[in-house]
Amino acid sequence: MKRTVPLVIAAVTGVILIVSYFIPYAQSWGEEAMIWFDILAAIAFVLGGGNLLKMHLQKISNRRAGWGFSVVTISAFLITLSIGLSKMGVNPAENFPEWSWSGDYLQEGGGFKWMYDYIYLPLAATMFSLLAFFIASAAFRAFRAKNAEAMILLGTAFIVLFGRTYAGIYVSQPIIDTLASITGSEVESLMSLRLDRLTSAITNIFILAGNRAITIGIALGIVSLSLKVLMGVDRSYLGSEE
Amino acid sequence: MSDFFRNLDRRWIFLVMGLSIAIPMLMGVVFPEEPSQEVLDVFNAVEDLEDGSNILMAYDYDPASKGELEPMAAAFVRHCAEKKHKLYFITLWPAAIPMLQKNIEILNREYPEYTYGEHYVNLGFRPGNEGVIKVVVTDLKKLYGNDVAGTDLNELPMTVNVKNIQGMDLIVNVSAGTPGTKEWVQYAATPFDIKMVAGVTGVGYTPLVPYVPDQLAGVLGAIKAAAEYEEAVLQNYPELRTNPATQEGLRRMGPQLVAHMLIITLIIIGNIIFFMDRKRGVA
Repeated sequence: MKRTVPLVIAAVTGVILIVSYFIPYAQSWGEEAMIWFDILAAIAFVLGGGNLLKMHLQKISNRRAGWGFSVVTISAFLITLSIGLSKMGVNPAENFPEWSWSGDYLQEGGGFKWMYDYIYLPLAATMFSLLAFFIASAAFRAFRAKNAEAMILLGTAFIVLFGRTYAGIYVSQPIIDTLASITGSEVESLMSLRLDRLTSAITNIFILAGNRAITIGIALGIVSLSLKVLMGVDRSYLGSEE
Repeated sequence: MSDFFRNLDRRWIFLVMGLSIAIPMLMGVVFPEEPSQEVLDVFNAVEDLEDGSNILMAYDYDPASKGELEPMAAAFVRHCAEKKHKLYFITLWPAAIPMLQKNIEILNREYPEYTYGEHYVNLGFRPGNEGVIKVVVTDLKKLYGNDVAGTDLNELPMTVNVKNIQGMDLIVNVSAGTPGTKEWVQYAATPFDIKMVAGVTGVGYTPLVPYVPDQLAGVLGAIKAAAEYEEAVLQNYPELRTNPATQEGLRRMGPQLVAHMLIITLIIIGNIIFFMDRKRGVA
């Protein structure tokens, strides 16, 4: 029963969505199913929060390796949640001045907005920025022209690294001008050799071809997997039997 | 010398990388940009619309991608405002609500003639990822009864007659991942034939290239394309050059150039050492 009901819900909803796509009369059924999905997605936030608490409290309770990080995670979660829900520092909305809780939780000057601006935003931006440093270090240590494939990759990387900055034009334009004067051809006819244009060509020819093949492959895989889910053959999304 | 590089502590690389980004940023180095055809395709999609067209501004990015995506998001807002388009802001990312607000502040600050509810509206966030797209594309008010401030959409002049987003003349999506451009293409732009352009991160760019030009009129990839887009806007609306905020992407190309040159140098040094070691039979 624990697994049959979710299976039936998934199968029925999937069939409704397929039918609503192909039959205009059934379009509203699909809309209704999606409304339910959106309501459940909102409830999933609560479940997600509960699951986060459960997992980390278990880790702290069992003193597993890294349990200190779990303390930080739970503290951050509870502090953020309480400041957001209590709307600390938020003034009532203009339309409802008598309701102290009516203001937007992200109001300027409010506690939640302060946490977003001065804690979440710099932390998230810092994590993303660290990529530049690790890429530089990895490029120095690992990007070796060990064989023909690696050399092609290296050559392409150089073209793209140059082509994605003004250096691409600065370096290759004089070469093109010289080539044009030597061969007596029009500069415009050699412009496709400029590094920024070569970068575009790599994107629009080689990357496009590869990505199109991958996209079509993924789409076929999704169709196959969806059918298996609808027919109850693939039940991995329900988790383990426990 | 080769021993120094062979045993180079990576903290030196971090230091040089930090300086190569910080110095051009602090010096405000700006290099000239020439809009590529890919960027002009996106620019023309906004430019060729009649003044006052309806545009859905779907901004799906969070602070982690702010550095890369904010310049193009702002450039889209300014370009649309110059064209007097009506803007419907929406997001599928809970952490993007303040990002929407930041872009709306551009309208409040630089385009005082833009009035809330008449020229722009902030629909905010709803949970459900692509499920939200599937609903708003057929019935907006089933999911968005009110805007981000709680005002009934039937009380706002620009939303009172909007049944769904099929009536939009263009979808502008700035996306840092999933749900994002791919979902808007699959569930809104393609099945309902709504014109769409997007701006994405560098890593998110290549998977979207196959969608151009049929399902996407164009895609901006990373800060380079943002800088080119800014240049295209500035060439067509030169009065914006007096506002330094309109050249944020252009300014960020300085650090990018130096950082790229540093990476190229590091790769070359690394390979010289590799070949030296191989010659000696060490590698």
